[in-house]
Amino acid sequence: MAPGRTVRGTLVPPLCRAVTGRGRQLAPERGAECGEAAPSRVSRFCPPRKSCHDWIGPPDKYSNLRPVHFYIPEDESPSEQKLRELRQETQEWNQQFWANQNLTFRKEKEEFIHSRLQAKGLGLRAETGQKATLNAEEMADFYKEFLSKNFQKHMHYNRVFHVLIRSSVETGTSVILPSPSSWEKWPWRGCGAS
Amino acid sequence: MAASPHTLSSRLLTGCVWYLERRAMRDSPHKFMHLFRNVNKQWITFQHFTFLKRMYVTQLNRSLNQQVKPKPEPVASPFLEKTSSGQAKAEIYEMKPFSPSSLSLSGKPNEEEVIELESASIIEASVDVGKEIKDEKQWKEMKLRADDLPGILARLSKIKLTALVVSTTSAGFALAPGPFDWFCFLLTSVGTGLASCAANSINQFFEVPFDSNMNRTKNRPLVRGQISPLLAVSFATCCAVPGVALLTWGVNPLTGALGVLNIFLYTCCYTPLKRISIANTWVGAVVGAIPPVMGWTAATGSLDAGAFLLGGILYSWQFPHFNALSWGLREDYSRGGYCMMSVTHPALCRRVALRHCLALIGLCTAAPLLDVTTWTFPAISLPINLYISYLGFRFYADADRKSSRKLFFCSLWHLPLLLLLMLTCKQPPGGEGDKGEPQS
Repeated sequence: MAPGRTVRGTLVPPLCRAVTGRGRQLAPERGAECGEAAPSRVSRFCPPRKSCHDWIGPPDKYSNLRPVHFYIPEDESPSEQKLRELRQETQEWNQQFWANQNLTFRKEKEEFIHSRLQAKGLGLRAETGQKATLNAEEMADFYKEFLSKNFQKHMHYNRVFHVLIRSSVETGTSVILPSPSSWEKWPWRGCGAS
Repeated sequence: MAASPHTLSSRLLTGCVWYLERRAMRDSPHKFMHLFRNVNKQWITFQHFTFLKRMYVTQLNRSLNQQVKPKPEPVASPFLEKTSSGQAKAEIYEMKPFSPSSLSLSGKPNEEEVIELESASIIEASVDVGKEIKDEKQWKEMKLRADDLPGILARLSKIKLTALVVSTTSAGFALAPGPFDWFCFLLTSVGTGLASCAANSINQFFEVPFDSNMNRTKNRPLVRGQISPLLAVSFATCCAVPGVALLTWGVNPLTGALGVLNIFLYTCCYTPLKRISIANTWVGAVVGAIPPVMGWTAATGSLDAGAFLLGGILYSWQFPHFNALSWGLREDYSRGGYCMMSVTHPALCRRVALRHCLALIGLCTAAPLLDVTTWTFPAISLPINLYISYLGFRFYADADRKSSRKLFFCSLWHLPLLLLLMLTCKQPPGGEGDKGEPQS
């Protein structure tokens, strides 16, 4: 169950880029600009117009990942654009995976606790009225089961993540090395899978 | 949308409403209605906005504001965020059961209910808007400030761990036979420190989404966006290249090669292996064992038995240290997809920890046999080795959080003390009797 956000696995469409505008000059409406340029979470955050840096938000409550709002400079080169879009896609893909992972974990943990409490003949609430829980040793079986059950899923994630990191480093290097002078211009750009 | 929005902290608004409720409970309902009508004048305009979500709230009457002390904005953190939204929800539930019957007015019961419903929806919308405002305030510009950079780089390079690594290298250098060359010692320490900084930074670069999801690591610089990935990788390169160069050409090629090997093992073997197999712990133990070997090879230029002994002591020490630490992190490891013994093979985890505690006793006994130390060393190190073995046994038997924590914290002081004892009992070069005696 995606927590109420649209996940865009594709590149930002050209129309949206036009709306977003280079250097935010063309952005007509606050909502449209932020809705299209922002990452795939529901936040309507819009950085101030005069800012020429990326912005990073609070941790997402499902994925725990901090979304980054990427700045688009006016004179963005094609390789810089490619890097930014790669980082954007990586961010969205990570957001989807970790939100799903954490929600699944939480749900299965609750189910495990309920079933164990029922097996023990205990209710879901202790006498004090607080939610009954199991201690770490009792939960150990669940942790082991969750890890082994999702092993292939984690392996797939690791493989894709490895490819994304490599692409980011390669793209970042190709952006930086041809023009080292551009490195001073934007210390926040570059290779990275975050 | 026609009126221009004014900004107001949602907490101020919510606080005012709570204040009104409390006053209504305490005072007569008439006074409550009187207050409410005054507020209502502002709120009629405000209501027009509140049904459109995510708009800014209008400013309340100053006289009401003065009676409420707004709470300071909390520091951004996932826990606080969750807590405050939870609290806000709880407050809504508390407000709703406020029944019209407590407002015993002479007439107009409908007006009371309407006002009550409106107040509830205003509160809900205001909480929503409040959350949005708070969320927006937590966005930070990724602009690097020069005064923040040293602290950020220290955290990126895990400076405390680096310091421990450098101290084990120094111990290896000091324990090696031969005259003590201060310049070589300095180059070795700096070179190893730089290599360790590089390895730690690359490790953090690879693990941002995983670190975000674990409590222990969620405040790391890359996770929080205090430094860009580009800068982190550049910093790692700027540490690795001079570090390895210093070790290779300033010390000797063998030490340089061990430095490169260690960076490779840590970043390209241990880091990915953490999510593939429990073998990662053994690889990590080798990574921890190499620095004192580097110290030894820096002093002697060769891999002697003494180097392997020191490496062996550090290798064995890693297991009680790490296995005990990992016992309390099982939930995070499971959710993050990390393959650790504590999750997949808990009995093996405890057995290996105990086994290596006992191995430390054996290795310390071997030290005089290999002419690294005098026979005093196994004798004076026996108490602390027995103590850590006892805690290892307790961890093996009890398998609970308390015993794991005791073992972990013991390992933190056990290693520095053991190395110090080793240094004081260093085997003197033939003929100089008193130099290596322990100071009592």
